[in-house]
Amino acid sequence: MDLFQTIIAILESTIRVSVPLIFAALGGLFTERAGVFDISLEGKMLGAAFAAGAVAAVSGSVMAGLLAAILISVLLSLVHGYASITQRGSQIVSGVAINFVVAGSTVILGEAWFRQGGRTPALSGDARFQTVTLPFAEAVKDVPILGPIYSDLLSGHFILTYLAFAMVPFSWWVLYRTRFGLRLRAVGENPGAVDTAGISVIWLRYRAVICAGILCGFAGAYLSLAMSAGFVKGMTAGKGYIALAALIFAKWRPLNIMLACLLFGFLDALAIRLQGNPLPLIGQVPVQLMQALPYILTVILLAGFIGKAIPPKAGGIPYVKER
Amino acid sequence: MSDIAIELRGIDKSFGLVHANKNIDLTVRKGTIHGIIGENGAGKSTLMSILYGFYQADRGDILIDGKKVTIKDPNAAIASGIGMVHQHFMLVENFTVLENVMLGAEGSQVLNASISRARLELKRLEHEYALEVNPDALIEELPVGLQQRVEILKALYRKADILILDEPTGVLTPPEADHLFRILGQLKEQGKTVIFITHKLREIMAITDEVSVMRRGEMVATRKTKETSVEELAELMVGRRVLLRVDKGEAHPGEVKLAVEGLTVRDSRGVTMVDNVSFNLRAGEIVGIAGVAGNGQSELLEAISGIRKAVSGKVLLGGAAIDVTGHADPAELRERGLAHVPEDRHHVGLVLKFEESENGILGYHRDKRYLNGAFLDMKAIKADAEEKIRKYDIRPPNPRLKTANFSGGNQQKIVLAREMERNPEVLIIGQPTRGVDVGAIEFIHKRIIEMRDQGKAVLLVSVELDEIRALSDRILVMFAGRIVGEREPDATEGELGLLMAGIEENREAAE
Repeated sequence: MDLFQTIIAILESTIRVSVPLIFAALGGLFTERAGVFDISLEGKMLGAAFAAGAVAAVSGSVMAGLLAAILISVLLSLVHGYASITQRGSQIVSGVAINFVVAGSTVILGEAWFRQGGRTPALSGDARFQTVTLPFAEAVKDVPILGPIYSDLLSGHFILTYLAFAMVPFSWWVLYRTRFGLRLRAVGENPGAVDTAGISVIWLRYRAVICAGILCGFAGAYLSLAMSAGFVKGMTAGKGYIALAALIFAKWRPLNIMLACLLFGFLDALAIRLQGNPLPLIGQVPVQLMQALPYILTVILLAGFIGKAIPPKAGGIPYVKER
Repeated sequence: MSDIAIELRGIDKSFGLVHANKNIDLTVRKGTIHGIIGENGAGKSTLMSILYGFYQADRGDILIDGKKVTIKDPNAAIASGIGMVHQHFMLVENFTVLENVMLGAEGSQVLNASISRARLELKRLEHEYALEVNPDALIEELPVGLQQRVEILKALYRKADILILDEPTGVLTPPEADHLFRILGQLKEQGKTVIFITHKLREIMAITDEVSVMRRGEMVATRKTKETSVEELAELMVGRRVLLRVDKGEAHPGEVKLAVEGLTVRDSRGVTMVDNVSFNLRAGEIVGIAGVAGNGQSELLEAISGIRKAVSGKVLLGGAAIDVTGHADPAELRERGLAHVPEDRHHVGLVLKFEESENGILGYHRDKRYLNGAFLDMKAIKADAEEKIRKYDIRPPNPRLKTANFSGGNQQKIVLAREMERNPEVLIIGQPTRGVDVGAIEFIHKRIIEMRDQGKAVLLVSVELDEIRALSDRILVMFAGRIVGEREPDATEGELGLLMAGIEENREAAE
């Protein structure tokens, strides 16, 4: 049963590390499907994590922290929107700028306010998300196989974890079964069609980036209020980029995004587990290789080896009405 | 109820210095097909974009059903019962027909109910107007004729009573075009009003009830189609203009410098734009190619200058072949003495964000004169620019000024100076005076004739018939991709106009 325990443990941590990826990648799904490339997922997540940590530490309320995270992330989205939608600037440059500004300013503000080397004070009690035990988790714990799967793997996560997985079908429903989703997908393919149909391209794209802001807010709050007990500088550690890779790897589809995030999360969990432990038959695997795997897989995909990833046609191009 | 669907009064619109619509009046009767004809750039599309709310007119009123309306965006146009079929389809290619038709007119927030409603309505429309198309097909899998049908359905779905079609036959094959005409006839029978924009006279005569002619931003005439003729429309379109005086002596043609044999060129859609064209160009003569814009002149120039691949045919430059069907290299052609003044100076001839001096060497930047080892010799470039500025009277005389800040005439002089000062053997020029002020026109014409007198071979393409007649020593007329006639420069405007409209074609072929 030792191997079984190990597998459960790895899968459990897979879920844990996948959550911010899922939130952020779904956020990226909304903007990119609307034709706005969003490399600033990383910065939004980091800004949100900081805001969550800071506000929760001061107020002692996890909900206040969560709201602050969403607020900051949405504000950063609006900056990205203003630069790339209203001012028709380069979406990549705008996104990169946000990432840098956030990376620097969180440390400066954190140090100025809390004097703990860029950290926010450690959170406890009501200032932090608590894990949720699913009903009957204790009761079925001893049922062989299914018991541990239910009570160790599926139960005992944060409410945000369950929310992340619920967001997957919800995002699908919004994109494919609502008027907003239809228009959003259309504006990412041919904004001219949307404009001539009498719908505002600008307002539609703004709503898309706001959606991304909200979702990245959840991702950031998860990092500093659930996964850790407070903000640590640079705590996103490239998760925004991994989410972006997952988004591309998933060919901009919600269900695929969840699977891609779980796959990348699994590689991450495995890397942590394997640190220092040789794999049978293969031997020692450098941890850097495991960490690079998501990017390598994405590059292989983009090179056309695993089907074809066709991005939204109008992606990255600001809409100019004048001919 | 009045019987007038749309009335435009004094519509005026400028884009910067370009006066696209000048005081336009237009009356379109209900239940008719009203043609609007004019050359490319006459202002037809701008006028329709104003009607559809893409642009706001600077002045003027729009009346629909006798009531004054403000159309501030496409939404307002749709609400007023106007539908538009754009020249470039406004469809989402990876959506189904149904999704495209619904887009923007879904009805409810959640799609389920609207999808079934749209499906029913689409069925009804298909039935009523005989516009069959599979509602679940993806747009990208449909041929263009069907895609256009989806655009029409989109407009009808939004309950449009007035349908504007902007150059709808440009992308269609002849049978598809005939089918479209039948559809339009049906729409008319059902009481819809159709505005049909084109530059093709044949189509106007075939399906319209009334026709309005636009020329250079002005509405020059409206006629009942029955009471007019192709000849009259052609003349109205091209216009009788004050003849430009150009002093030039006798031409002394020498040896053949450029020989084109059986050249055939297709555009990106696969439509044959240049069809088996042959002609010779001699040293010391100017050959003008006349034609209504869009009859293959642009593609002909592009193929000769190595920008566009030809399907078949041969081009000889100074006796040696140019690989027009393979990889003709424009840089190599320049070295071999072919200079090209492109028709579209903004997109092909210049980089507007560059300084004047930088544009002055574009394409010749590998020339040793401008190089200092691996680097550009900025001093030489500046001296060169100043020399050209002086010689061509380019104003303002500032080689460091961004090219976008020069007027159209001066921009054209920058291109001309660059191409002419290299002393080429063959000079091909497209639309030398488009968007150029009168003073510069005279100057440019003089330079072109000087080139000829120096024994250069000049190929001139222009949609300005006056210009062709004033400059050319021989005139070739292009229609539908073919050269349909050759005339002396003293041929009358009417004679050339008929050729340009493709009317003399049959007689010519019979000769």
